[in-house]
Amino acid sequence: MFAYYLDLALRSLRRNKVFTVLMVVCVGLGIGASMTMITVVHVMSDDPLPERSGQLYYPHIDPWPAPHGRSTNPHASDNLTLPDAMNLLRAGRAPGQAAMSGAAISIHSEQPNAQPLLETGHYVTADFFSMFGVPFRAGGGWTHADDERHARVIALSSALNRMLFGDSPGIGRTVRVGDEDFRVIGVLDDWHPQPMFYADVNGRAFGRSDAFFLPLQTALDLKLDFRGSLSCHGDGGDDRTTDRCTWLQFWVKLENPKQVSAYMQFLADYWRQQQAHGRFPQSVDPKLYRLMDWLAYKNVVPGDVRLQLWLALGFLGVCMVDIVGLLLAKFLRRSNEISVRRALGARRGQVFLQFGIESAVIGVLGGVLGLAIAELGLWSVRQRPDGYAQLASMDVSMLMGTFLLAIGGSVLAGLLPAWRACRIAPAIQLKAH
Amino acid sequence: MILRPILSSLTRHKLTVMLLMLQVALTCGIVCNVAFMIEERIARMSAPSGVAEDEVVLIDSVQVDPHTNPQMRHLEDVAALRAIPGVRSAVAVDAVPFNGSDWTSSLNTQPDSDANAASASVYNGTPGELQTLGLNLIAGRDFLPGEYLPLDSAHDGAGLGKVSTVIVTRALADKLFPAGNALGKSVYPFSQPARIVGIVDHLSRPGPHDAGAEDYSALFPLLPDTAEVTYVMRTAARNRKHVLEIAKATLTRLDGNRIVRQPSTFAQLRADYFHRDRTMVGLLLAAAVALAFVTAVAIAGLAHFWVGQRRRTIGIRRAIGATRGDILRYFQTENFLIVSGGVVLGLLLAMMLNLILMQQYEVPRLPVYYLPIGAAVLWLLGQLAVLGPALRAAAVPPVVATRSM
Repeated sequence: MFAYYLDLALRSLRRNKVFTVLMVVCVGLGIGASMTMITVVHVMSDDPLPERSGQLYYPHIDPWPAPHGRSTNPHASDNLTLPDAMNLLRAGRAPGQAAMSGAAISIHSEQPNAQPLLETGHYVTADFFSMFGVPFRAGGGWTHADDERHARVIALSSALNRMLFGDSPGIGRTVRVGDEDFRVIGVLDDWHPQPMFYADVNGRAFGRSDAFFLPLQTALDLKLDFRGSLSCHGDGGDDRTTDRCTWLQFWVKLENPKQVSAYMQFLADYWRQQQAHGRFPQSVDPKLYRLMDWLAYKNVVPGDVRLQLWLALGFLGVCMVDIVGLLLAKFLRRSNEISVRRALGARRGQVFLQFGIESAVIGVLGGVLGLAIAELGLWSVRQRPDGYAQLASMDVSMLMGTFLLAIGGSVLAGLLPAWRACRIAPAIQLKAH
Repeated sequence: MILRPILSSLTRHKLTVMLLMLQVALTCGIVCNVAFMIEERIARMSAPSGVAEDEVVLIDSVQVDPHTNPQMRHLEDVAALRAIPGVRSAVAVDAVPFNGSDWTSSLNTQPDSDANAASASVYNGTPGELQTLGLNLIAGRDFLPGEYLPLDSAHDGAGLGKVSTVIVTRALADKLFPAGNALGKSVYPFSQPARIVGIVDHLSRPGPHDAGAEDYSALFPLLPDTAEVTYVMRTAARNRKHVLEIAKATLTRLDGNRIVRQPSTFAQLRADYFHRDRTMVGLLLAAAVALAFVTAVAIAGLAHFWVGQRRRTIGIRRAIGATRGDILRYFQTENFLIVSGGVVLGLLLAMMLNLILMQQYEVPRLPVYYLPIGAAVLWLLGQLAVLGPALRAAAVPPVVATRSM
């Protein structure tokens, strides 16, 4: 029976080649555009640290005197001031906590006559490596004691290590930054969490990777160059050490709900205690964002990309309405044929199945075309100079999703016309002719 | 005229007609908003930066040795860059429009009050910044040589609290002093007043800001003294590439212990800064065209199937005296009625979508003139799409009436 209906469907589709092709193109365009954007948003909203993200939290205390200067930049106070970061760090109320900031250093190469290198990385504190599970090819991070005594140590990415020391890890060798020597104590394996959640993610969260890590306190001590936004309120210059300037990111590791609520309590207590010293004029309202919530709050998927997704879905909707209308008109045009079949004894279910299969054929063809268009769309996204461009490719689940969307969509689009067709009464149509 | 038979025929295809109307409405609603977003992006991309864009080139330098005096380094570098043949002027600055290095400061009009305060981007540079960037001074004067102070980056830009003069853009002047008498008035970056001695026509900010605040910039007579600095040179458009090459070699020759990077023309800088908006305009255009295509297919397809279904009726009408023109007009009028229904719905949808976009993406209100334009475009699209099937219908010979189906 199925083969017969398929044959009928193909015959019917062949009868109107131009409109069959146009319907397939409509389904294909709608599916292709939607799958391109769904894939892009899917890879951009992926968990950067799937094994650990459930235990990582970003504490937020707002030191800003209420609305001042906030309207133009609602994220001005998302970072911490240096005194607050150091207070939270030294209190050590979580099983792991680290403060960090974007960094840029110039490194003298040991090669004679070579130009110095300008590299970007992060200044971090000791727990950074264990908390995020940073993999090392050789050596490791540093200790709390190293932090406190402003040790001149550095961990390199494998790429920077290769550039400076060739293929073998340069553990124990020195790197000259400014006019200070830093000892290499660790060389990382490939570690590029996307988005780079721990960075100051305003605007650019994708396509970045760090070439080095060195202790935050050492960097402050030596007045090395910082990167990322620095937001200050009040008078008297933009000094990184004051409690008026926010610029540090801070992460804590909390293993269970009890620790989470205890930490929330600690943050609220800290806020009240600081109010007693005349700071934090806003009412006590600490926040503790889970990693994925933090990324959502920071809008790591840019507004333009979200807009493109909605546009693609809207387009798919229009395409589907289009297909429903066309199939309906097409099926109803064949009312005579249907009523004859019904008069000859075909049950409603059989008519419904026959036309359902015809819709599904359009869906399968449209799905194949949509897949090709989605691959083309993703290729064009990869040509964009944005940081997320390289992530834009389909995995198996997205591939299956495309197909299900295409076939499901067209079968759904065919339901109404097929139902309408099977309601055609045999007698009346026969009488008319 | 023939409205009544058309309407009564349409009521027998309620579902199909409603679907087509829905399709036209969706297309109308989306296309109106898409067209508006395209206009917005293009306006943003083509806003004047105030810079003589075809004549300006820039190159970054990062000092490596912490013991070098940055100000002395800049003085020597700028002198050497000015000596390059073809270079009309050169300066060292901390930022230029679109380079992303954005130092935003709040400027007050009263010493200790936020009343009328504006948040503006601060530009610092060595003498000659106005001529080198090609800024158009519309009132007042440039800074005098005696007014320049070091930025004092070692103390986090404390120079901004000591400076006594400032040049602002017209947009910022109007924001701070709406009465239009900004020249000679004082602003307070910190507690010290800085007198507005000049007003420039335009100067875009280094990074993106809210609509309306894109031109809030202030130039201060502060000499950059950081290890990282941008050298800006003005030259004839045809010399730009050549000048950049020589500038790179010159800087490396003067001091090899530094990183010279990102040599680029201002035109390149602008192109990079707006690449996302260009991509977006392309995508929005593609979406509008694709929507129009899909809707045209729907209209033409429906008419096609209806012509097939009504061949016999058309034949009878022809046989009892209807002309080809009558049949053609019948289908055109029918299409006009359906599209009109869709357009009415679509204009409501356009306004609703705009309201949602206003909340989610800070898109401004859709100007009213988009609605009649959107309606006209869809009517035209409908008439074009229906023309083929309608002509086929008009060609049905009267003899069809005598044949059985």
